[in-house]
Amino acid sequence: MNALRKYFDKIKPNFEEGGKLHAFRSLYDGFDTFAFVPNTTAGRIGTHIHDAIDSKRIMSLVVIALMPALLFGMYNVGYQNALAAGQLENATFWGMFFYGFLAVLPKLIVSYVVGLGIEFTVAQWKGEEIHEGFLVSGIIIPMIVPVNTPLWILAIAVAFAVIFAKEIFGGTGMNIFNVALITRAFLFFSYPTSMTGDDTVWISQDTILGLGYAVPDTFTAATPLGELAAGAGVSSCICSQIYGFIPGSIGETSVIAIALGALLLLFTGVASWKTMLSVFVGGALTAMLFDSTLAPENLAAHIPWYQHLVLGGFCFGAVFMATDPVTSARTEGGKWIYGFLIGFVAITVRVLNPGYPEGMMLAILLMNAFAPLIDYCFVSRNISRRAKRAKI
Amino acid sequence: MANVIKLRKGLDVNLKGHANLETFQPEVTDTYALVPDDFYGMKPKVVVKEGDAVKAGEALFVDKQHPEVKFVSPVSGTVAMVERGDRRKVLSVRVKADGKQTCVTFDAKQVKDAKTAVAFLCESGLFGFFRQRPYDVVANPEDAPKAIFVSAFNSMPLAQDFEYVLKGQEAEFQAGLSLLAKIAKVNLGVSKKQTSKALTEAKDVNVNVFDGPAPAGNVGVQINHIDPINKGEVVWTLGAEEVIFIGRLVQNGKVDFTRTIAVAGSEIKEPKYAKAIVGQAVAPLLKGQTDASKSLRIISGNPMVGTKIAADGFLGAHATELTVIPEGDDVWEMLGWIAPRFKEFSTSRSYFSWLRPKKTEYTFDARIKGGERHIIMSGEYDKVFPMDIYAGYLIKAIISGDIDRQEALGIYEVAPEDFAIAEFVDSSKLELQRIVREGLDILRKENA
Repeated sequence: MNALRKYFDKIKPNFEEGGKLHAFRSLYDGFDTFAFVPNTTAGRIGTHIHDAIDSKRIMSLVVIALMPALLFGMYNVGYQNALAAGQLENATFWGMFFYGFLAVLPKLIVSYVVGLGIEFTVAQWKGEEIHEGFLVSGIIIPMIVPVNTPLWILAIAVAFAVIFAKEIFGGTGMNIFNVALITRAFLFFSYPTSMTGDDTVWISQDTILGLGYAVPDTFTAATPLGELAAGAGVSSCICSQIYGFIPGSIGETSVIAIALGALLLLFTGVASWKTMLSVFVGGALTAMLFDSTLAPENLAAHIPWYQHLVLGGFCFGAVFMATDPVTSARTEGGKWIYGFLIGFVAITVRVLNPGYPEGMMLAILLMNAFAPLIDYCFVSRNISRRAKRAKI
Repeated sequence: MANVIKLRKGLDVNLKGHANLETFQPEVTDTYALVPDDFYGMKPKVVVKEGDAVKAGEALFVDKQHPEVKFVSPVSGTVAMVERGDRRKVLSVRVKADGKQTCVTFDAKQVKDAKTAVAFLCESGLFGFFRQRPYDVVANPEDAPKAIFVSAFNSMPLAQDFEYVLKGQEAEFQAGLSLLAKIAKVNLGVSKKQTSKALTEAKDVNVNVFDGPAPAGNVGVQINHIDPINKGEVVWTLGAEEVIFIGRLVQNGKVDFTRTIAVAGSEIKEPKYAKAIVGQAVAPLLKGQTDASKSLRIISGNPMVGTKIAADGFLGAHATELTVIPEGDDVWEMLGWIAPRFKEFSTSRSYFSWLRPKKTEYTFDARIKGGERHIIMSGEYDKVFPMDIYAGYLIKAIISGDIDRQEALGIYEVAPEDFAIAEFVDSSKLELQRIVREGLDILRKENA
């Protein structure tokens, strides 16, 4: 440890003002604070002692919470490939996992390299420290896209989202919309065929480095929500939907893996239980309402309410994206309304909109836009209470 | 017993080095300094020269805007130095004590109503200890406050136990309260744990009992729950031990600024109480108590709301404790974002302090332990901010300089110290107390 610290201290002057590597100050800073807790001490006046929590720790925790869903997602990519090729009985667990790992890894790398590259540049330009927000966005992005998303499209989408959804607002903590969802929305509207298209996007069809199986070009596999939108019944059983052995975006399929992450987030208090719970309540009540009122031809309205919560990106969105503290409602009362409306809008889009099989992304983005309004109402109540108290 | 106001929001941090309930008499020092910055919001005009002989109770400097508000020497002796900084700002006025403690005498009989009471306090130098809300600055003697608030307990970690200090001085305390009652309605905030009759059955005042974690002892929190400040209103606040100063003055006709302060903190070998006089050099209080080879932070006050001072510094005018903690500038912790860091305390369950018994005492150093960020997490401040105010929104309004919104969100009710616990828990590591102080200063300037 001492040797590493000495090395850091030795090279530090190069990165300071006037040093020959000053253009890489943010990079040095990033690595230094990554390796060691900064030991700047409190000012002369103010609070002299501080809680050990910082935003690096919080973001790392969310990344850890995402791991079960990511690892399962990798496995499921391999599983779906073997299933589509009809080779499931010949495939091994590790074979399928490594196949999925190799399919997902390039997306992770592209997402991080593009996103962090922009973050480092902006931090350098503004003379600030690197903000950790993208650590989470960068891992979520590959998890909410279909496995066959081309890398160049992903790179464009990430760059667009980081610059136009985050940096122009002032960086992590100032953005209005969830960065990962803006990435997905960009892909969804700019490259629709790569995102849903003809149902060939959900299953990886080629071998990678000799792993996996080649699947015929004509093979299609729809997600359960895609099947509903196409007017067919759901072909998979509820157990495999909960386990996650169904086609879908990489990280969204397994309810169990997402639940593990949710437990960690709720236990550590990083995510708000109010938001998370109210998304599920809102979704369930809306599904029940449609089930009891709409005509039987609308297939999506008449699957059981719990199946609505299990399918698509509902769980993933509720746990990892609706609870993003920056873009969600910030008042405690507002969190209930915000979450409830996300659940409501997501199911409404699924059931009433024939164009989009899934509504979670649009629901969260829409409510991101309304979160400040919800908060405004709560804060205004406090303000008017104070104004009424005053005599002049 | 008065109504108990139960507060749920807040946080008690258990620090190592609580002062034992015994008092020692430190070596007598002859170096004293009165620091104008301790009386925030006032512009000093020095009325003595170096070499002048002064008695205890004689003015060293006065408020430029209100020359009747005097700031007096705590001891008799000669003026050793008027220390000036940049642009001739008065940093301190130092007095070398002669050890005789000859005092100016004041006659409490002149006090008949509010006006004469304020004049009496101004003349004797005690009015300077009053603070006013809004703005948390030295009070203006021309104001008619709607009430005076005194908190009889400090809930911050390592803070002085006022009930212990009060023992043997009950009569002086009551005399002080009675004089305050002539100026305005007095609200005394008492902790549920305090049982002394001098507090719970204090006369001439309105007693309110508070039960809850820090910052329940903050007078600002108590005001918010008893009688919140509205725009255009002024309340005065005064430290509990300063009420005893007034009582002594009323009873003896002399100023006596002797405090019983807690000398505490993890780096003090035998933490206990000490008799100390306002403005005295801290060196005798710490003699033999600290390890000189370590990098230490000496705080006049407690670690949540205090001022860092040098080892040859002076006890602040409002300080009721002197705490010493490690500075921490020689500590390098590796991979803090993922390492378990079992010894660290955190309100977050991503550390393991929640597993340890509540009695566990923690050693904190002065590191911020993270980089400054925008506000990311929501509701962090509100959890430890027991007032009917949206703390996060108020901070944002101050940062963005939106004065109308600051007013609407209740900036008149707060002081920097009310944000101390929020600053402690803040994962974005913003200097909330400094931000609030600057916000109040700008607002005061705009409204002047």
